[in-house]
Amino acid sequence: MWHNLGQLLRYRGLIQSLVARDLKARYRGSMLGFFWSFVNPLMLLLIYNWVFTYLLENRSQDTQPYAVFMFTALLPWTWFQSSLNEVTGSLISGGNLIKKVLFPAEVLPIVTVLGNMIHFIFGLPILAAFMWWYGVVPNWPQLPWFFVIVAVQLLFTIALGLVLSALAVHFRDVKDLVSNLLTFWFFATPIIYWYADERFKDYKFYFDLNPFSHLAISYQEVLFFDGGFGHWLWLLALGGASVVLFLAAYWIFDRLRDSFSEAV
Amino acid sequence: MSSPAITLDHVSKIYRRYGGRQFSTLKSALLSGDLVRKLRPEETFQALKDVSFTVPKGCTYGVVGRNGSGKSTALKLVAGITKPTIGTVQVDGRISALIELGAGFHPEISGRENVFINGIMLGLTKKEITKRFDEIVEFAELTEFIDAPVKTYSSGMYMRLGFAVAIHVDPDVLLVDEVLAVGDEGFTHKCLDKFGEFKRRGKTILLVTHSLGLVERFCDEAVWLDAGEKKAEGDPTRVVGTYVTDVARQEERFLAAADEKAKQDAGGAGQAAPSGPVAAEHHFGDMNQAGEGRWGSGGVEIASVDFQDANGQSTHVFHTGEQMRVILGVKAAAPVRDFVFGIGLFTADGAMVYGTNTDIEELESDRLEGEATVTLTVDSLDLVEGTYKLDVAVHKRDGAPYDYHRLLHTFRVKSRIKDGGIYRPKHRWDFSTAIKFKPPK
Repeated sequence: MWHNLGQLLRYRGLIQSLVARDLKARYRGSMLGFFWSFVNPLMLLLIYNWVFTYLLENRSQDTQPYAVFMFTALLPWTWFQSSLNEVTGSLISGGNLIKKVLFPAEVLPIVTVLGNMIHFIFGLPILAAFMWWYGVVPNWPQLPWFFVIVAVQLLFTIALGLVLSALAVHFRDVKDLVSNLLTFWFFATPIIYWYADERFKDYKFYFDLNPFSHLAISYQEVLFFDGGFGHWLWLLALGGASVVLFLAAYWIFDRLRDSFSEAV
Repeated sequence: MSSPAITLDHVSKIYRRYGGRQFSTLKSALLSGDLVRKLRPEETFQALKDVSFTVPKGCTYGVVGRNGSGKSTALKLVAGITKPTIGTVQVDGRISALIELGAGFHPEISGRENVFINGIMLGLTKKEITKRFDEIVEFAELTEFIDAPVKTYSSGMYMRLGFAVAIHVDPDVLLVDEVLAVGDEGFTHKCLDKFGEFKRRGKTILLVTHSLGLVERFCDEAVWLDAGEKKAEGDPTRVVGTYVTDVARQEERFLAAADEKAKQDAGGAGQAAPSGPVAAEHHFGDMNQAGEGRWGSGGVEIASVDFQDANGQSTHVFHTGEQMRVILGVKAAAPVRDFVFGIGLFTADGAMVYGTNTDIEELESDRLEGEATVTLTVDSLDLVEGTYKLDVAVHKRDGAPYDYHRLLHTFRVKSRIKDGGIYRPKHRWDFSTAIKFKPPK
């Protein structure tokens, strides 16, 4: 396992070029091309904003301007959600590589997660533009934490991605299971609402159990709310847990590796 | 002798026969990859059975065998794509596998970008690819199209590009699985030249192919796998020879079985065969319309038909130019004075090659009684490769059949030379001194 983990570092050139290839291939032949990477989050924001500020008006004073509040956690969630949705099919659609070429299979889910991270990064200027438009100033001294949050989310997503992609090879049900679970997970996570709101105080225990709520709250505290970053301990704990989770996930992936070329 | 480049030590590979689940529960899948539910023997397929061979460094090693004999499995094991169930596989040096060409190509992006990504997948660095890029493109003959998306390529172009990248990885061990069929004649020659160059530079090549000529010409050693077992190993000419003999023997068995079946299908032997005006009308003219079968009055019965070679061995497979004997065992319950023996030779698609009988050849019948044999000897079977069918008959001079076997007997002619047509006349070429040919390899 440690040997293979070391090998993984050697493959960063491959990962890099596969991510670039997927991005290039994704919009090849479309009129707007790369522009879609900006349009997609923009449309997402406009639709949610329309629903939650006009149709279901949000009166909570804490979360005004609501568009910016919601978007600070929705954008990373989109990264998380589409990563996990795509990752369940990554080994199967890359079956040709696994079966015909000597190819480190873990590269495929990692490439999926990284490709979605690039889209997340493309969405950040949109977020910045909205913050500027609504006059929301980020928490400047806390801003370096933003990179820590992204790093933790990356590791956490890759860890889940490794397990899910490996299981999806043997249990194709995982794909549908995951996409339904993610819908539930989205609403169970304080993304479109603020977890400290009076109405949700009974659910605090469940929020604490939900790993992504710590990521969402961290994003919100660093980018949206004034005042300090009070959630940092939770974030670091999640970071530590993610490291353990990643190693466990990699171990499982490694155990199942030899079965891939026959099962995909 | 130098140290081996590839070693297979008592390797067995067992596949699951059905595409079902490998793990009984999600828990066992999560906890361990090798607590795999023990499969019952009928659920498995053993692709390789205790196979061992070593390929010395710098050796070109051929693997021959029928479809499904485990050749490709052996290659995948050497490439490290799958792991052996039992035994060990060791490879010394960088491998490049020409198994599935262009496996990693993405159709939407250009040939240029694909060359880079494919190269990295095969273990090159970006710098190495940049250095070899022009050579790769030139080898693939795609200079004009390299910036077009790969989806616009023809399958030949796709394969050529895949081949070009794989061969420029500069491996120590090259694995080739039946890929020489990718291009036109010219490209195939280029590939062979490239293999030759590899050989001269002392690289190891493992070649899986059905092209036996290639193995004989090109390989230093060869192994023959059959149903997952090693059948022969060593000198390629000898290995190929044993393999070809075995294929011929199997064909022989197959033809004999087909023969047997045809005879049974034709209904009980001559004595029960119906006779009548319909059957009596048969002449060479309308033989071309009738399907296979057997008919006749049964006054004389052809009880057996045997094909023998020059040594008197029964066989159904002959080589072009060999002697062939057709031996008819005939029986006549009562003495018969009016009889003609005839044969007709047909190609598999029903064209008549030759027909004759004792009447045409001016032999006048006198008397036939009891059991007897008729032998027709063809001194030199000058037919090109193919499957041929035979009519044999005994009938009256006016054509009324005693026993007529219509297309019931089959034999095969094999030839190393793949010439065309049906008939190969004995021939030779002569050239005046201004014409030179290379000496045969």
